[in-house]
Parts: sequence; structure tokens; C-alpha cells
Amino acid sequence: MARGAQPINPVLGWIVATALVAMILGAFGGVMLRADLARGLVAADWAAIRFTLWQAALSALISVVLAVPLARAISRRQFPGRRLLITLLGAPFLLPVMVAVLGLLAIFGHKGWLNVSLQAIGLEPVTIYGAHGVILAHVFFNLPLATRLILQGWQAIPAEQFRLAATLRVQSLFHLLEWPMLRRVLPGAFGLIFVICLTSFAVALILGGGPKATTIELAIYQAFRFEFDLGRAALLSIVQMGVAFAACLVLFRVLPTHDPAQGLDRSHARWDHSIFDYPVIILATAFLLTPMLSILGQGLPGLVSLPSGVWLAAGRSVMVALASAGLLIAFALPLAVLVLRIGGAEAVGILGLATSPLMLGTGLFILVFPIADPVGLALVVTGVINAIMALPFAVRVLVPGLRDALAQYGRLSASLGLHGWTLWRIVLLPRLRRPIGFALGLGAALSMGDLGVIALFSDPDRATLPLEIERLLRGYRIETAASASLLLTGLSFALFGLFDAWGHRNA
Amino acid sequence: MLEFQDCIFGQGGFSLTVNWSLPQGAHLAVIGPSGAGKSTLLAGIAGFADQTSGQMKYDGHPLAARPDERPVAMLFQDHNLFPHLTVTQNVALGIRPNLSVNPKDAARVNTALSEVGLDGLGDRKPAALSGGQQSRVALARVLVMARPIILLDEPFSALGPAQRVDMLDSVKHVANQLNATLIMVTHDPGEARALGGLVSFVSPGAAHAPIPADAFFANPPQGMRDYTGV
Repeated sequence: MARGAQPINPVLGWIVATALVAMILGAFGGVMLRADLARGLVAADWAAIRFTLWQAALSALISVVLAVPLARAISRRQFPGRRLLITLLGAPFLLPVMVAVLGLLAIFGHKGWLNVSLQAIGLEPVTIYGAHGVILAHVFFNLPLATRLILQGWQAIPAEQFRLAATLRVQSLFHLLEWPMLRRVLPGAFGLIFVICLTSFAVALILGGGPKATTIELAIYQAFRFEFDLGRAALLSIVQMGVAFAACLVLFRVLPTHDPAQGLDRSHARWDHSIFDYPVIILATAFLLTPMLSILGQGLPGLVSLPSGVWLAAGRSVMVALASAGLLIAFALPLAVLVLRIGGAEAVGILGLATSPLMLGTGLFILVFPIADPVGLALVVTGVINAIMALPFAVRVLVPGLRDALAQYGRLSASLGLHGWTLWRIVLLPRLRRPIGFALGLGAALSMGDLGVIALFSDPDRATLPLEIERLLRGYRIETAASASLLLTGLSFALFGLFDAWGHRNA
Repeated sequence: MLEFQDCIFGQGGFSLTVNWSLPQGAHLAVIGPSGAGKSTLLAGIAGFADQTSGQMKYDGHPLAARPDERPVAMLFQDHNLFPHLTVTQNVALGIRPNLSVNPKDAARVNTALSEVGLDGLGDRKPAALSGGQQSRVALARVLVMARPIILLDEPFSALGPAQRVDMLDSVKHVANQLNATLIMVTHDPGEARALGGLVSFVSPGAAHAPIPADAFFANPPQGMRDYTGV
């Protein structure tokens, strides 16, 4: 590389990468220290491993299979609200898990629309609790993600190829253009969703449970909270880490780098359509919108009379989210520099995908317990872990902007003598304002809605809003839970919107 | 005096040999087919290309390694201005890279702006200026940098023919004011002729010794004839 073409030093990136790996290995070491290895895995543990694997596989498979016709219909049709629909497809990525679960309960729960209707016509009610409920919720979250990934593939086919195919009177566009693209894109979409579902906790906590629907992550929580069996929690953490890393290693080559900031509103003029396009689009929109709208209907009346505990929890959540977003940028910017220098450094981001939050929590608990009260650190640990979980996406969002800024202004900056902090202040941070705003918003919203490690240290005085909602739900205070969920959704999207809008100002 | 002693510059598997010198205050047009190494020559002088052998000297002293420590101001093909900074800030970067400007610096920036005909536009962002005005902002920065060597890498290729003639005059004016050596890459023989100084022909892998423009165009080398097709 020519001198001056790399005016920024990757040393900070190395420090961040090393610190992250050290922290994860440290937590893992803590877990190893306490793991009850001699006892080995019992039948219930094997059941959790089996369930984790097959529910993740099935969730990924259903999401991908349903996403293909949906993405195809969206890619070849022009209709009013198309942009809105594509934006909506990005929303579940930011939607707090608890909110979606409540939304699904409002439809498929004991007193949900579906069961009320079924009973009205004299049919047996269905239950959402169990393996199928867990999978349904995973599909709700990941069908939009799969659709966006596959839409990217469709957009990558040059428009000229569709025009050429039309003039050549090609009978099956599917065989000529679409199937080769799908063969490339589908394994990645499947792999990514599979890995995401492997560490599923909040969905399994509410909808799963019992011998037939307990994920490893949930089993760690139960061992930790209800059996006070740190040895078993640690052993399960090792298993969880092993499973997730093995999956990432196997899928490393196919895993797509999902860029949640990508605009997908271009469409190709096509000359082939199907009468099923619109029914598919309408069904999918209904599937995604009804749970969210039911929460709105259920929660709106109680919003003004929320108990003070909910407001306090909301305040704590906002603080954790803001701190976590700041930390995320502090991690992500140096890592983005490192990724530009060494492409493989993006693998550090994979850690965020493969690392189980509850393993990290358990490990840090074991390490911190002898020196301090871990419960007091619960919110700090939550913020840090949330930042690590959002890291792969933030790095992905920042790298292209950083690459462009350096390609366009690197030499000019070098010739003017802009180095180090001055270079960041005068050139890079202003040029990166847009992706930084997006990443901050993403980090804040993801942290705001996360129900994970905080559940381990559950303490009424330190509950975050998602945890408070889980408590309300456990106490069968469904209406209040719905109102609190509405508040949570509003806050998550408001944080994202504020940061994203800040990024667009003067950009 | 800028001297190249058996210099070889490399950029991504490509190399360019240079072995000549240029008196202070000279105006040199660098011309040749694309891909021959015109930009590599400028990158070598500015410190952006790796120098694999030989030595470059200015006034008898070897050049520093870092681009900002070389006696050079450069106008690039594009992206000469930071779009998020005002015109004044873009020019002030030439004096204070950290933008902590004292009143004396501010006065110099204003003088430079009026010198290039941009009075009263200091508070605007580059996007609010025409292409020609944007080039002038960059030129004002070259003026305040007051370096003895000015490098231009086809910086006016996005402008119309009339504006290019105007800009070339302004550049010559600035260079004469600073008594600076001017080295300009161009692919347009008319522009090389209009610069009215020396011409160096770059054929793949070598930049030839400069000769006066008149002599060059009176009897162009074979490579130049192939390039222009006359």
C-alpha cells in the first residue's frame, strides 16, 4: 500500500479486539472454573440441546421458504406503500422481543382473537405455548430479515438481464436468472437465522419451557435462578458456547454480512407476474402487522395509568440504552479501522453473534462474585453485553462509509497534514455522521428492547423495562403489560429515530 | 530546483522511471496516454507512491517521507474540498490543519479568497458553489499554503472549455505570485501548449526529460504522435 493511503492507525482497533476476546475468554474461563464437569450432561440437558438445534433449524427453514415468494412478489411489483412495506420489514429487527411475543399472545393466546373465534364456532381452542409457539415467534422475527436478504439478491441481478431475457423470449426466468441467485443467497440467509435462533432466550422464556421446549439459554437461566445450581449453569454455558461456535465455524463461509442500513426500494421492471403476488404480499403484511396493531389496541387505554414502577424501569432502560450505544460506537469505530486494514478482523464481530449473553453473564457473575456484588453491576453488565451483541451490525454499517471517506479524502488530508485526532475531528467523524447516527440508533434500540442477561440478576430495584414487562406478564397483568410494551416500543423507535435523524442533519 | 536522480516510483505492480531536474518557477505540463504513469509521477512527488530506488531532492535536500512535510501543495482530480466545511474553513486548513485560526490567519484566508474572485462566499458550503467556484476555493488554499511546488492532477477535467482556460490563467497567476514550480498533468495537448512552459512526455514506464513546449509540439516524439493520432 502506498504511503499516505492509510493515514489512520489501527492500534486502537487491535486493543478493542483484544479486550473483547479477553473478556469473552475470561467469562468462559470463569464458567470453566465452576462447571460441574464430573456430573456430565443429564437427560434434560440433552433435551435442551436437541430442542435448541431443531427449533433453530426449523425456524430458519420456515422463514427462508416463506421469504422466497414474498421477496419475489415485492421485487417484481410496483404498488403504493411498497417503500413503507420494505421499511416495515426492517422494523422487527428493532422491535423488542417482549413486544412481539405479547402481540402474538393477543392473537394466538388463550383469550386471543383466534381462540375466541374458534370457540364461537364451536371448535377446540389452540395453545401458543410450546415448541410451535417458539417457532412461530422466531418466524415472525426472521421472515422479514430473510426477505430483506433475499431482496438484496434480487436487486443484485442487473436490470439489463431481465430486459435481455424478455427480448429473448425466455420462458423461465426462474431457471435462468433467479434460481442461480437463490442458490447463492439462501444458504446464507438460512445460516444467519439459524445462528440467531440458537441463542434465543426471551421467546423461549415466555412461550417455551418444560421438557419439550427449553432452549439451552433458557436452561442456563433456570439452573441459575431457580435451582441455584451454578455448576449446572456453567456446564450448560460451555455447551451453548460450543454449539454456537461450531455453527458459526461451519457456516462462516456462507454467513452473509447483513447491513441493516441498506436501502432496498429499487425495483426492476419485469414482464412476468403471478396472480399470487398480491395475496402473498397481503398475507405477509397481515402476519407482521396484526400483532403490533393488537398491542396498540390493548395497551393504549392503560398508557396514562401505568404504575410508577414501569416508569422507573423505563428510565433505567433509557440510561442503559444510551450508555450501551455510546460504548457500541467506541468499540465499532476502531474495529472498523482494523477491518479496513485486515478484512478478516470482521470475524471479531462474529463473536457478538455466537457468544451467548447468558454465558457471558454467568461467567462474569462467577468472576465478579468474590470481589463485588454482581447484582449491583447488573445494569453495567447489561449495557456492555448489549453493545457486544450489536457490534457485528454496527461494524458492517460503518466500514463502507469509512472506506469511502478515506478513498475520497485520505490523500487530501495527508497532504494537508491532518493526522490522528485532528483527522477524526475534522474529516472522518463529520463524513461518518450518517452511519454513526444509524449505528447509535441501532445500538440504543437493541439495548432498550433486550431481555437477556438482566433476567439472571433480576432485582425489583434494578429491573429494565423488558424485565418489568415479563414480571407483569407472570402476574397475569396482561393489560398493563401491553401498555408497558407500547411504551417500550415507543421509546425504542424514538431512540432509533432521534439518532438516525441526527445522522441525517447536515450530512 | 527539483531533482530526480534515477528515481523509480511504484504503485500497485507498476513502475515509473524519472531521471531529470526542473528549475524553480518552471511550468511543466505532463502529458501522455492514460495508464502510462502521469498520475504516478505526481503521486511520487507528493509522497503517495512508493519510491523503490533513486533520490528526490529539493534545493539540494532529500524530500521528507511524509506528504505533509514535503514542500508541495496539490490539487486532485476531484474531492479537493470537504463538503461539510465552509469555504473559509476549507481554505484555512491550508494554514492550520486543526482549524484553530487566529485573526492574522483569517485575514490571509480572506485575502486569498478575494484573490481568486470569491469575495463574500466564505460562509457557504461547497455544494452551494458552481464547479468553477469550487476549483477556485481549492486554488485559494494552494495560495495560502504558499508551498514552492504546486501539483495539479487534471483538476479541471470536470469544467467546460472556457472555464478551463480561465482556471489555467488563475493557476499561472498564483504560481507566479508564489514563484512556485507548477507541474500539471493533462491529457489535452491544447492545455499543455497553453501552459506555455515545458512539456514532459510520459510513455509507459518512463517520464522523459522536459523540453520547451514549442520544440515539443514542433517535433513530437513517436509515442506522442501515436497518442494524438496526427
